[in-house]
Amino acid sequence: MPRVWKFGDSINTDDILPGKYAPFMVGEDKFHTYAFAHLRPDFAPNYQPGDILVAGKNTGLGSSREYAPEALRKLGLKAIIAKSYARIFYRNLVNLGIMPFEAPEVVDALQDGDVVELDFEQGVLRRGAETFRLRPPPDFLLEALKEGSILEYYRKYGRFPGESSGG
Amino acid sequence: MGLTLAEKILSKRAGRLVRAGELVVVEVDQVMVVDSIAGSFFKRLEQLQATPRFPEKVAIVIDHVAPAANVEVAKAQKEIREWGNRYGCRVFDVGRGICHQVLVEERLALPGGIVLGSDSHSTTYGGIACFGSGMGATDIALAAASGRTWLRVPETVKVTFKGRLAPGVTAKDAALEMVRVLTADGATYMSIEMHLKDGAEALTRSQRLTLANLTVEAGAKCGLVVPSGEILELYEIPDWLYPDPDATYAKEVEIDLAALTPRISVPFYVDNVEEVARVRGKRVDQVFVGTCTNGRLDDLHEVAAILKGRKVAPGVRMLVIPASSQVLEAAAADGTLLTLLQAGATLGTPGCGPCMGRHQGVLAPGEVCVSTSNRNFKGRMGAADAEIYLASPRVAAASAVAGYITTPEELPGA
Repeated sequence: MPRVWKFGDSINTDDILPGKYAPFMVGEDKFHTYAFAHLRPDFAPNYQPGDILVAGKNTGLGSSREYAPEALRKLGLKAIIAKSYARIFYRNLVNLGIMPFEAPEVVDALQDGDVVELDFEQGVLRRGAETFRLRPPPDFLLEALKEGSILEYYRKYGRFPGESSGG
Repeated sequence: MGLTLAEKILSKRAGRLVRAGELVVVEVDQVMVVDSIAGSFFKRLEQLQATPRFPEKVAIVIDHVAPAANVEVAKAQKEIREWGNRYGCRVFDVGRGICHQVLVEERLALPGGIVLGSDSHSTTYGGIACFGSGMGATDIALAAASGRTWLRVPETVKVTFKGRLAPGVTAKDAALEMVRVLTADGATYMSIEMHLKDGAEALTRSQRLTLANLTVEAGAKCGLVVPSGEILELYEIPDWLYPDPDATYAKEVEIDLAALTPRISVPFYVDNVEEVARVRGKRVDQVFVGTCTNGRLDDLHEVAAILKGRKVAPGVRMLVIPASSQVLEAAAADGTLLTLLQAGATLGTPGCGPCMGRHQGVLAPGEVCVSTSNRNFKGRMGAADAEIYLASPRVAAASAVAGYITTPEELPGA
Protein backbone atom coordinates (compact mmCIF):
# COMPACT_ATOMS: atom_id res chain seq x y z
CA MET A 1 0.00 0.00 0.00
CA PRO A 2 1.26 3.49 -0.84
CA ARG A 3 2.45 5.73 1.95
CA VAL A 4 2.47 9.49 2.36
CA TRP A 5 5.74 11.44 2.24
CA LYS A 6 4.87 14.77 3.78
CA PHE A 7 6.85 17.97 3.26
CA GLY A 8 6.27 21.53 4.44
CA ASP A 9 5.70 24.82 2.60
CA SER A 10 7.91 26.15 -0.19
CA ILE A 11 9.82 23.03 -1.18
CA ASN A 12 11.83 24.34 -4.12
CA THR A 13 13.42 22.73 -7.14
CA ASP A 14 16.85 22.88 -5.47
CA ASP A 15 15.34 20.77 -2.65
CA ILE A 16 13.70 18.34 -5.06
CA LEU A 17 16.83 17.90 -7.15
CA PRO A 18 19.94 19.96 -6.37
CA GLY A 19 21.44 21.51 -9.52
CA LYS A 20 24.68 19.59 -9.19
CA TYR A 21 22.77 16.31 -9.65
CA ALA A 22 21.15 17.32 -12.97
CA PRO A 23 21.08 14.45 -15.49
CA PHE A 24 23.66 16.23 -17.63
CA MET A 25 26.00 16.38 -14.63
CA VAL A 26 25.63 12.83 -13.25
CA GLY A 27 24.03 10.87 -16.10
CA GLU A 28 20.50 9.98 -17.15
CA ASP A 29 20.62 6.69 -15.26
CA LYS A 30 21.48 8.14 -11.85
CA PHE A 31 20.00 11.60 -11.32
CA HIS A 32 16.73 10.42 -9.73
CA THR A 33 18.62 8.73 -6.89
CA TYR A 34 19.48 12.24 -5.62
CA ALA A 35 15.87 13.40 -5.18
CA PHE A 36 15.64 15.42 -1.94
CA ALA A 37 19.31 14.53 -1.28
CA HIS A 38 19.82 17.56 0.99
CA LEU A 39 16.40 17.97 2.54
CA ARG A 40 15.48 14.37 3.19
CA PRO A 41 18.22 11.84 2.39
CA ASP A 42 16.00 8.90 3.41
CA PHE A 43 13.51 9.69 0.64
CA ALA A 44 15.05 8.30 -2.56
CA PRO A 45 16.35 5.00 -1.09
CA ASN A 46 13.01 4.20 0.58
CA TYR A 47 10.44 5.59 -1.83
CA GLN A 48 8.17 2.90 -3.30
CA PRO A 49 6.44 3.42 -6.68
CA GLY A 50 2.97 4.83 -6.10
CA ASP A 51 3.79 6.53 -2.80
CA ILE A 52 2.12 9.95 -2.57
CA LEU A 53 3.97 13.22 -2.11
CA VAL A 54 2.14 15.71 0.11
CA ALA A 55 3.35 19.29 0.41
CA GLY A 56 2.35 22.74 1.58
CA LYS A 57 2.05 26.01 -0.29
CA ASN A 58 4.07 27.27 -3.27
CA THR A 59 5.29 23.75 -3.98
CA GLY A 60 8.05 23.56 -6.58
CA LEU A 61 9.10 27.20 -6.63
CA GLY A 62 12.35 28.06 -8.32
CA SER A 63 13.98 26.72 -11.43
CA SER A 64 12.23 25.53 -14.59
CA ARG A 65 14.26 22.29 -14.45
CA GLU A 66 11.78 19.65 -15.55
CA TYR A 67 14.26 16.99 -14.47
CA ALA A 68 13.32 17.76 -10.84
CA PRO A 69 9.78 16.35 -11.17
CA GLU A 70 11.17 13.88 -13.72
CA ALA A 71 13.39 12.42 -11.00
CA LEU A 72 10.25 11.89 -8.90
CA ARG A 73 8.45 10.26 -11.81
CA LYS A 74 11.42 8.01 -12.41
CA LEU A 75 11.10 6.85 -8.80
CA GLY A 76 7.45 6.01 -9.55
CA LEU A 77 5.51 9.12 -8.43
CA LYS A 78 2.09 9.51 -10.02
CA ALA A 79 0.44 12.17 -7.87
CA ILE A 80 1.17 15.13 -5.62
CA ILE A 81 -1.29 16.69 -3.20
CA ALA A 82 -0.31 20.23 -2.22
CA LYS A 83 -1.82 23.41 -0.83
CA SER A 84 -0.63 25.35 -3.89
CA TYR A 85 1.95 25.14 -6.67
CA ALA A 86 4.49 27.38 -8.34
CA ARG A 87 3.56 27.98 -11.96
CA ILE A 88 6.34 26.31 -13.95
CA PHE A 89 6.40 23.28 -11.66
CA TYR A 90 2.65 22.80 -12.14
CA ARG A 91 3.02 22.79 -15.93
CA ASN A 92 5.96 20.41 -15.67
CA LEU A 93 3.94 17.97 -13.53
CA VAL A 94 1.10 17.90 -16.02
CA ASN A 95 3.52 17.56 -18.92
CA LEU A 96 5.11 14.54 -17.25
CA GLY A 97 1.77 12.95 -16.45
CA ILE A 98 2.03 13.46 -12.69
CA MET A 99 -1.37 14.49 -11.32
CA PRO A 100 -1.18 17.76 -9.34
CA PHE A 101 -4.04 17.82 -6.84
CA GLU A 102 -4.64 21.04 -4.93
CA ALA A 103 -6.32 20.39 -1.58
CA PRO A 104 -5.15 22.39 1.47
CA GLU A 105 -7.56 20.66 3.87
CA VAL A 106 -6.39 17.20 2.79
CA VAL A 107 -2.76 18.25 3.20
CA ASP A 108 -3.49 19.36 6.76
CA ALA A 109 -5.27 16.09 7.55
CA LEU A 110 -2.50 13.80 6.29
CA GLN A 111 0.57 12.80 8.29
CA ASP A 112 3.95 11.61 7.11
CA GLY A 113 3.92 7.82 6.92
CA ASP A 114 0.13 7.49 6.56
CA VAL A 115 -0.89 4.47 4.50
CA VAL A 116 -3.35 5.57 1.81
CA GLU A 117 -5.05 4.53 -1.38
CA LEU A 118 -5.64 6.95 -4.25
CA ASP A 119 -8.31 6.52 -6.93
CA PHE A 120 -7.18 8.87 -9.70
CA GLU A 121 -10.30 8.57 -11.85
CA GLN A 122 -12.66 9.36 -9.02
CA GLY A 123 -10.33 11.77 -7.25
CA VAL A 124 -10.81 9.96 -3.97
CA LEU A 125 -8.14 9.33 -1.35
CA ARG A 126 -8.72 6.72 1.37
CA ARG A 127 -6.97 6.37 4.72
CA GLY A 128 -8.48 3.39 6.52
CA ALA A 129 -12.19 4.08 6.75
CA GLU A 130 -11.75 7.81 6.02
CA THR A 131 -12.22 9.23 2.53
CA PHE A 132 -11.07 12.58 1.16
CA ARG A 133 -12.36 14.16 -2.04
CA LEU A 134 -9.79 15.71 -4.37
CA ARG A 135 -10.76 18.33 -6.94
CA PRO A 136 -9.46 17.27 -10.37
CA PRO A 137 -7.22 19.59 -12.44
CA PRO A 138 -8.82 21.78 -15.20
CA ASP A 139 -10.42 20.10 -18.25
CA PHE A 140 -7.72 21.36 -20.60
CA LEU A 141 -5.12 19.42 -18.65
CA LEU A 142 -7.28 16.34 -18.13
CA GLU A 143 -7.83 16.17 -21.89
CA ALA A 144 -4.07 16.06 -22.39
CA LEU A 145 -3.56 13.56 -19.57
CA LYS A 146 -6.12 11.21 -21.17
CA GLU A 147 -3.59 10.65 -23.96
CA GLY A 148 -0.89 9.98 -21.37
CA SER A 149 0.80 13.36 -21.65
CA ILE A 150 0.63 16.55 -23.65
CA LEU A 151 3.43 15.25 -25.90
CA GLU A 152 1.32 12.24 -26.85
CA TYR A 153 -1.67 14.51 -27.36
CA TYR A 154 0.21 16.84 -29.69
CA ARG A 155 1.73 13.98 -31.63
CA LYS A 156 -1.70 12.41 -32.15
CA TYR A 157 -3.72 15.54 -33.00
CA GLY A 158 -1.09 18.04 -34.18
CA ARG A 159 -2.66 20.71 -31.95
CA PHE A 160 -3.08 21.66 -28.32
CA PRO A 161 -6.17 20.66 -26.31
CA GLY A 162 -8.96 23.15 -26.98
CA GLU A 163 -7.17 24.63 -30.02
CA SER A 164 -9.13 24.53 -33.28
CA SER A 165 -7.55 22.09 -35.73
CA GLY A 166 -5.36 23.22 -38.58
CA GLY A 167 -3.48 25.78 -36.42
CA MET B 1 -12.69 48.14 -19.42
CA GLY B 2 -9.07 48.46 -20.53
CA LEU B 3 -6.31 45.93 -20.98
CA THR B 4 -3.13 45.28 -19.05
CA LEU B 5 0.19 45.09 -20.86
CA ALA B 6 0.14 41.28 -20.78
CA GLU B 7 -3.41 41.27 -22.19
CA LYS B 8 -2.27 43.72 -24.90
CA ILE B 9 0.61 41.53 -26.01
CA LEU B 10 -1.38 38.29 -25.96
CA SER B 11 -4.43 39.91 -27.67
CA LYS B 12 -2.22 41.30 -30.42
CA ARG B 13 -0.71 37.87 -30.98
CA ALA B 14 -3.97 35.92 -30.71
CA GLY B 15 -5.60 38.29 -33.20
CA ARG B 16 -8.55 38.79 -30.90
CA LEU B 17 -9.26 40.48 -27.61
CA VAL B 18 -8.32 38.20 -24.73
CA ARG B 19 -8.59 38.79 -21.01
CA ALA B 20 -7.21 37.31 -17.82
CA GLY B 21 -8.38 33.75 -17.24
CA GLU B 22 -8.79 32.76 -20.91
CA LEU B 23 -6.62 30.09 -22.47
CA VAL B 24 -4.84 31.11 -25.65
CA VAL B 25 -2.56 29.37 -28.07
CA VAL B 26 -0.12 31.89 -29.53
CA GLU B 27 2.85 31.94 -31.86
CA VAL B 28 6.18 32.58 -30.19
CA ASP B 29 9.04 34.67 -31.58
CA GLN B 30 11.90 32.83 -30.00
CA VAL B 31 12.41 29.58 -28.15
CA MET B 32 15.47 29.62 -25.92
CA VAL B 33 17.10 26.41 -24.71
CA VAL B 34 19.94 26.25 -22.19
CA ASP B 35 22.66 23.62 -22.10
CA SER B 36 21.48 21.97 -18.90
CA ILE B 37 18.13 20.92 -20.35
CA ALA B 38 19.11 20.49 -24.01
CA GLY B 39 19.32 16.69 -23.61
CA SER B 40 15.75 16.55 -22.28
CA PHE B 41 14.66 18.90 -25.07
CA PHE B 42 16.13 16.65 -27.78
CA LYS B 43 14.48 13.58 -26.22
CA ARG B 44 11.07 15.29 -26.15
CA LEU B 45 11.38 16.25 -29.83
CA GLU B 46 12.22 12.64 -30.65
CA GLN B 47 9.16 11.54 -28.71
CA LEU B 48 7.11 14.00 -30.76
CA GLN B 49 8.80 12.73 -33.92
CA ALA B 50 9.32 16.38 -34.74
CA THR B 51 12.05 18.84 -35.68
CA PRO B 52 12.03 22.61 -35.10
CA ARG B 53 9.28 24.11 -37.22
CA PHE B 54 11.14 27.42 -37.54
CA PRO B 55 14.85 26.70 -36.94
CA GLU B 56 15.68 30.43 -36.90
CA LYS B 57 13.37 30.81 -33.92
CA VAL B 58 15.25 28.31 -31.78
CA ALA B 59 18.46 29.29 -29.98
CA ILE B 60 20.57 27.16 -27.67
CA VAL B 61 22.89 28.87 -25.22
CA ILE B 62 25.76 27.05 -23.52
CA ASP B 63 25.94 28.99 -20.28
CA HIS B 64 24.87 26.97 -17.24
CA VAL B 65 28.12 24.98 -17.08
CA ALA B 66 30.50 26.79 -19.40
CA PRO B 67 33.13 25.61 -20.06
CA ALA B 68 32.26 21.98 -19.36
CA ALA B 69 33.09 20.77 -15.84
CA ASN B 70 33.16 17.02 -16.49
CA VAL B 71 32.85 14.41 -19.22
CA GLU B 72 29.04 14.09 -18.94
CA VAL B 73 28.66 17.83 -19.52
CA ALA B 74 31.23 17.86 -22.31
CA LYS B 75 29.30 15.09 -24.10
CA ALA B 76 26.02 16.97 -23.69
CA GLN B 77 27.55 20.15 -25.09
CA LYS B 78 29.09 18.33 -28.02
CA GLU B 79 25.64 16.99 -28.86
CA ILE B 80 24.24 20.55 -28.72
CA ARG B 81 26.73 21.78 -31.32
CA GLU B 82 26.03 18.82 -33.62
CA TRP B 83 22.28 19.20 -33.22
CA GLY B 84 22.44 22.94 -33.95
CA ASN B 85 24.37 22.28 -37.15
CA ARG B 86 22.01 19.53 -38.21
CA TYR B 87 18.82 21.59 -37.84
CA GLY B 88 20.15 25.07 -38.55
CA CYS B 89 19.47 26.44 -35.08
CA ARG B 90 21.72 29.06 -33.50
CA VAL B 91 24.10 27.84 -30.83
CA PHE B 92 25.78 30.43 -28.62
CA ASP B 93 28.85 28.60 -27.41
CA VAL B 94 31.03 28.72 -24.30
CA GLY B 95 31.97 32.28 -23.40
CA ARG B 96 29.26 34.13 -25.31
CA GLY B 97 27.36 34.65 -22.07
CA ILE B 98 24.20 34.08 -20.09
CA CYS B 99 21.15 33.21 -22.18
CA HIS B 100 19.00 36.19 -21.16
CA GLN B 101 21.75 38.74 -21.67
CA VAL B 102 22.67 37.18 -25.03
CA LEU B 103 19.09 37.20 -26.33
CA VAL B 104 18.73 40.90 -25.49
CA GLU B 105 22.12 41.77 -27.02
CA GLU B 106 21.35 39.79 -30.18
CA ARG B 107 17.93 41.44 -30.44
CA LEU B 108 16.23 38.04 -30.42
CA ALA B 109 14.09 39.36 -27.57
CA LEU B 110 12.31 42.57 -28.58
CA PRO B 111 9.56 44.79 -27.16
CA GLY B 112 6.08 43.38 -27.74
CA GLY B 113 7.44 39.94 -28.62
CA ILE B 114 6.93 36.58 -26.95
CA VAL B 115 9.99 34.59 -25.88
CA LEU B 116 9.85 31.26 -24.08
CA GLY B 117 12.94 30.08 -22.29
CA SER B 118 13.88 26.84 -20.61
CA ASP B 119 15.03 28.90 -17.65
CA SER B 120 12.80 30.42 -15.01
CA HIS B 121 14.51 33.80 -15.24
CA SER B 122 13.16 34.26 -18.76
CA THR B 123 10.97 36.91 -17.15
CA THR B 124 14.07 39.11 -17.64
CA TYR B 125 12.94 40.02 -21.19
CA GLY B 126 10.08 41.94 -19.61
CA GLY B 127 12.61 44.66 -18.83
CA ILE B 128 12.20 45.69 -22.47
CA ALA B 129 8.45 44.91 -22.48
CA CYS B 130 8.92 41.54 -24.15
CA PHE B 131 6.62 38.80 -22.84
CA GLY B 132 9.27 36.42 -21.50
CA SER B 133 8.33 33.32 -19.58
CA GLY B 134 10.12 30.25 -18.32
CA MET B 135 8.95 26.71 -19.00
CA GLY B 136 10.18 23.14 -18.71
CA ALA B 137 11.69 20.94 -21.40
CA THR B 138 8.36 19.51 -22.60
CA ASP B 139 6.72 22.90 -23.13
CA ILE B 140 9.87 24.19 -24.79
CA ALA B 141 10.02 21.18 -27.13
CA LEU B 142 6.35 21.62 -28.03
CA ALA B 143 6.99 25.29 -28.77
CA ALA B 144 9.95 24.41 -31.02
CA ALA B 145 7.95 21.73 -32.83
CA SER B 146 4.78 23.76 -33.30
CA GLY B 147 5.99 27.36 -33.22
CA ARG B 148 3.27 27.94 -30.63
CA THR B 149 2.47 27.57 -26.97
CA TRP B 150 -0.60 27.55 -24.75
CA LEU B 151 -0.96 30.12 -22.04
CA ARG B 152 -3.56 31.14 -19.54
CA VAL B 153 -3.85 34.91 -19.92
CA PRO B 154 -2.53 36.08 -16.56
CA GLU B 155 -4.08 38.40 -14.04
CA THR B 156 -1.81 41.33 -13.33
CA VAL B 157 -0.21 42.85 -10.27
CA LYS B 158 0.65 46.50 -10.81
CA VAL B 159 3.86 47.67 -9.14
CA THR B 160 4.57 51.39 -9.35
CA PHE B 161 8.13 52.50 -8.70
CA LYS B 162 8.17 56.24 -8.07
CA GLY B 163 10.92 58.75 -7.57
CA ARG B 164 14.66 58.59 -8.12
CA LEU B 165 16.89 56.07 -6.39
CA ALA B 166 18.64 57.63 -3.42
CA PRO B 167 22.48 57.67 -3.60
CA GLY B 168 23.86 54.24 -2.69
CA VAL B 169 20.61 52.47 -3.57
CA THR B 170 20.25 50.39 -6.73
CA ALA B 171 17.70 48.67 -8.94
CA LYS B 172 18.62 45.41 -7.19
CA ASP B 173 17.45 46.89 -3.89
CA ALA B 174 14.21 47.94 -5.57
CA ALA B 175 13.76 44.45 -7.01
CA LEU B 176 14.40 42.76 -3.65
CA GLU B 177 11.97 45.17 -1.99
CA MET B 178 9.33 44.22 -4.58
CA VAL B 179 9.81 40.51 -3.80
CA ARG B 180 9.62 41.22 -0.07
CA VAL B 181 6.37 43.15 -0.44
CA LEU B 182 4.73 40.65 -2.81
CA THR B 183 6.22 37.50 -1.15
CA ALA B 184 7.43 34.37 -2.95
CA ASP B 185 3.97 33.35 -4.15
CA GLY B 186 2.31 36.77 -4.22
CA ALA B 187 2.20 36.87 -8.02
CA THR B 188 1.94 33.16 -8.86
CA TYR B 189 0.42 32.61 -12.34
CA MET B 190 0.33 36.41 -12.75
CA SER B 191 2.01 39.14 -14.72
CA ILE B 192 3.81 41.83 -12.75
CA GLU B 193 3.41 45.11 -14.60
CA MET B 194 5.96 47.68 -13.52
CA HIS B 195 5.18 51.38 -13.91
CA LEU B 196 7.98 53.92 -13.49
CA LYS B 197 7.02 57.47 -12.57
CA ASP B 198 8.18 60.73 -10.97
CA GLY B 199 11.80 60.20 -11.97
CA ALA B 200 11.90 56.41 -12.00
CA GLU B 201 11.61 56.57 -15.81
CA ALA B 202 15.35 57.26 -15.72
CA LEU B 203 16.04 53.59 -14.95
CA THR B 204 18.21 52.17 -17.73
CA ARG B 205 17.64 49.02 -19.76
CA SER B 206 20.09 47.17 -17.56
CA GLN B 207 18.26 48.23 -14.39
CA ARG B 208 14.90 47.29 -15.90
CA LEU B 209 16.26 43.84 -16.76
CA THR B 210 17.25 43.46 -13.09
CA LEU B 211 13.71 44.33 -11.98
CA ALA B 212 12.09 41.93 -14.44
CA ASN B 213 14.59 39.19 -13.59
CA LEU B 214 13.46 39.07 -9.96
CA THR B 215 9.71 38.99 -10.74
CA VAL B 216 9.80 35.19 -11.00
CA GLU B 217 10.90 35.14 -7.36
CA ALA B 218 7.40 36.40 -6.56
CA GLY B 219 6.01 33.56 -8.68
CA ALA B 220 5.24 35.63 -11.76
CA LYS B 221 4.64 34.23 -15.24
CA CYS B 222 6.10 37.41 -16.72
CA GLY B 223 7.28 40.78 -15.44
CA LEU B 224 6.77 43.67 -17.84
CA VAL B 225 8.21 47.15 -17.42
CA VAL B 226 6.07 49.74 -19.21
CA PRO B 227 8.31 51.33 -21.88
CA SER B 228 9.73 54.76 -21.11
CA GLY B 229 13.04 56.61 -20.89
CA GLU B 230 16.02 54.88 -22.48
CA ILE B 231 13.83 52.11 -23.91
CA LEU B 232 12.18 54.63 -26.25
CA GLU B 233 15.62 55.52 -27.64
CA LEU B 234 16.86 51.93 -27.98
CA TYR B 235 13.77 50.45 -29.61
CA GLU B 236 10.85 51.43 -31.76
CA ILE B 237 7.90 51.01 -29.44
CA PRO B 238 4.55 50.51 -31.17
CA ASP B 239 1.61 52.64 -29.99
CA TRP B 240 -0.30 49.63 -28.69
CA LEU B 241 2.48 48.45 -26.37
CA TYR B 242 1.18 50.29 -23.30
CA PRO B 243 -1.42 49.25 -20.75
CA ASP B 244 -4.76 51.07 -20.85
CA PRO B 245 -5.29 53.61 -18.06
CA ASP B 246 -8.47 51.75 -16.99
CA ALA B 247 -6.92 48.26 -17.02
CA THR B 248 -7.98 45.92 -14.22
CA TYR B 249 -5.41 44.78 -11.66
CA ALA B 250 -5.59 42.00 -9.11
CA LYS B 251 -3.41 43.97 -6.74
CA GLU B 252 -1.57 47.31 -6.72
CA VAL B 253 1.63 48.13 -4.88
CA GLU B 254 3.74 51.29 -4.77
CA ILE B 255 7.46 51.45 -3.96
CA ASP B 256 9.09 54.80 -3.26
CA LEU B 257 12.61 54.62 -4.66
CA ALA B 258 13.68 57.83 -2.95
CA ALA B 259 12.90 56.35 0.47
CA LEU B 260 14.50 52.95 -0.18
CA THR B 261 17.62 51.73 1.64
CA PRO B 262 20.04 48.92 0.64
CA ARG B 263 18.40 45.51 0.86
CA ILE B 264 19.70 41.97 1.30
CA SER B 265 17.96 38.63 0.98
CA VAL B 266 18.82 36.33 3.87
CA PRO B 267 18.98 32.49 3.64
CA PHE B 268 17.14 30.43 2.64
CA TYR B 269 14.36 32.20 0.73
CA VAL B 270 14.50 35.10 -1.68
CA ASP B 271 11.56 36.95 -0.12
CA ASN B 272 13.35 36.91 3.24
CA VAL B 273 14.53 40.47 2.61
CA GLU B 274 16.07 42.73 5.26
CA GLU B 275 17.83 46.08 5.38
CA VAL B 276 21.58 45.49 4.98
CA ALA B 277 22.03 47.27 8.32
CA ARG B 278 20.24 44.36 10.03
CA VAL B 279 22.89 41.79 9.06
CA ARG B 280 25.91 44.09 8.95
CA GLY B 281 29.03 42.41 10.34
CA LYS B 282 28.26 38.88 9.16
CA ARG B 283 31.56 37.19 8.19
CA VAL B 284 31.95 36.43 4.45
CA ASP B 285 34.03 33.72 2.71
CA GLN B 286 33.11 34.36 -0.90
CA VAL B 287 31.67 37.22 -2.92
CA PHE B 288 30.19 36.55 -6.34
CA VAL B 289 29.38 39.35 -8.78
CA GLY B 290 27.63 38.24 -11.94
CA THR B 291 24.53 36.39 -13.26
CA CYS B 292 21.53 37.41 -15.33
CA THR B 293 20.48 39.65 -12.42
CA ASN B 294 23.62 41.76 -12.01
CA GLY B 295 26.45 40.82 -14.39
CA ARG B 296 26.19 43.76 -16.77
CA LEU B 297 28.61 46.60 -17.48
CA ASP B 298 26.95 49.09 -15.12
CA ASP B 299 27.15 46.47 -12.35
CA LEU B 300 30.89 46.00 -12.94
CA HIS B 301 31.31 49.79 -12.95
CA GLU B 302 29.63 50.01 -9.54
CA VAL B 303 31.96 47.34 -8.20
CA ALA B 304 35.06 48.96 -9.69
CA ALA B 305 34.15 52.35 -8.21
CA ILE B 306 34.18 50.76 -4.74
CA LEU B 307 37.24 48.55 -5.26
CA LYS B 308 39.38 51.33 -6.76
CA GLY B 309 42.39 51.84 -4.51
CA ARG B 310 41.19 49.14 -2.11
CA LYS B 311 41.90 45.43 -1.64
CA VAL B 312 39.68 42.44 -1.16
CA ALA B 313 39.99 41.39 2.50
CA PRO B 314 42.41 38.52 3.27
CA GLY B 315 40.59 35.20 3.33
CA VAL B 316 37.79 36.38 1.03
CA ARG B 317 37.47 35.03 -2.51
CA MET B 318 36.00 37.58 -4.89
CA LEU B 319 34.66 36.12 -8.15
CA VAL B 320 33.55 38.35 -10.99
CA ILE B 321 31.80 36.77 -13.95
CA PRO B 322 30.57 39.14 -16.66
CA ALA B 323 27.14 38.32 -18.08
CA SER B 324 28.35 38.19 -21.67
CA SER B 325 31.34 38.46 -23.99
CA GLN B 326 30.19 41.99 -24.90
CA VAL B 327 30.19 43.00 -21.25
CA LEU B 328 33.62 41.44 -20.78
CA GLU B 329 35.02 43.21 -23.83
CA ALA B 330 33.62 46.59 -22.79
CA ALA B 331 34.94 46.17 -19.24
CA ALA B 332 38.37 45.31 -20.65
CA ALA B 333 38.35 48.30 -23.00
CA ASP B 334 37.42 50.88 -20.37
CA GLY B 335 39.85 49.70 -17.69
CA THR B 336 37.23 48.28 -15.32
CA LEU B 337 38.82 44.83 -15.35
CA LEU B 338 42.22 46.16 -14.34
CA THR B 339 40.70 47.90 -11.33
CA LEU B 340 38.96 44.67 -10.28
CA LEU B 341 42.10 42.58 -10.74
CA GLN B 342 44.31 45.05 -8.88
CA ALA B 343 41.92 44.85 -5.95
CA GLY B 344 42.33 41.08 -5.88
CA ALA B 345 39.20 39.90 -7.69
CA THR B 346 39.39 36.93 -10.03
CA LEU B 347 37.57 36.57 -13.36
CA GLY B 348 35.44 33.74 -14.74
CA THR B 349 34.15 32.84 -18.20
CA PRO B 350 30.94 34.72 -19.12
CA GLY B 351 28.07 32.45 -18.11
CA CYS B 352 26.07 31.48 -15.03
CA GLY B 353 29.14 30.66 -12.91
CA PRO B 354 28.50 29.10 -9.50
CA CYS B 355 24.91 30.41 -9.25
CA MET B 356 23.44 26.89 -9.17
CA GLY B 357 26.35 25.17 -7.47
CA ARG B 358 27.81 23.19 -10.33
CA HIS B 359 31.27 24.65 -10.78
CA GLN B 360 33.48 27.77 -10.57
CA GLY B 361 32.95 28.59 -6.92
CA VAL B 362 30.97 25.88 -5.12
CA LEU B 363 30.63 26.54 -1.37
CA ALA B 364 31.99 24.32 1.42
CA PRO B 365 29.93 23.44 4.52
CA GLY B 366 29.37 26.44 6.76
CA GLU B 367 30.65 28.99 4.24
CA VAL B 368 28.96 32.33 3.64
CA CYS B 369 28.63 33.93 0.22
CA VAL B 370 27.35 37.36 -0.74
CA SER B 371 26.04 37.00 -4.27
CA THR B 372 24.47 39.40 -6.76
CA SER B 373 22.37 36.51 -8.11
CA ASN B 374 18.71 35.76 -7.58
CA ARG B 375 18.36 32.61 -5.46
CA ASN B 376 19.56 31.63 -2.00
CA PHE B 377 17.76 28.32 -1.52
CA LYS B 378 19.34 25.79 0.81
CA GLY B 379 22.23 24.01 -0.86
CA ARG B 380 21.92 25.91 -4.12
CA MET B 381 25.57 26.89 -4.43
CA GLY B 382 27.03 23.76 -2.89
CA ALA B 383 26.96 22.42 0.67
CA ALA B 384 23.49 22.20 2.20
CA ASP B 385 24.35 24.46 5.11
CA ALA B 386 26.31 27.07 3.17
CA GLU B 387 24.61 30.46 3.32
CA ILE B 388 23.88 32.73 0.37
CA TYR B 389 23.01 36.39 0.89
CA LEU B 390 21.60 38.17 -2.17
CA ALA B 391 22.52 41.81 -2.57
CA SER B 392 23.47 44.56 -5.03
CA PRO B 393 26.90 44.75 -6.67
CA ARG B 394 27.71 47.72 -4.37
CA VAL B 395 27.00 45.74 -1.20
CA ALA B 396 28.84 42.73 -2.64
CA ALA B 397 31.94 44.83 -3.39
CA ALA B 398 31.92 46.54 0.00
CA SER B 399 31.52 43.18 1.76
CA ALA B 400 34.50 41.80 -0.17
CA VAL B 401 36.66 44.68 1.03
CA ALA B 402 35.46 44.49 4.63
CA GLY B 403 35.36 40.69 4.94
CA TYR B 404 31.89 41.01 6.41
CA ILE B 405 28.52 42.17 5.13
CA THR B 406 28.35 45.94 4.86
CA THR B 407 27.59 48.87 2.56
CA PRO B 408 30.26 51.02 0.87
CA GLU B 409 29.17 53.97 3.00
CA GLU B 410 30.05 52.04 6.16
CA LEU B 411 33.53 50.98 5.02
CA PRO B 412 36.36 52.22 7.24
CA GLY B 413 37.71 55.40 5.71
CA ALA B 414 34.67 55.89 3.48
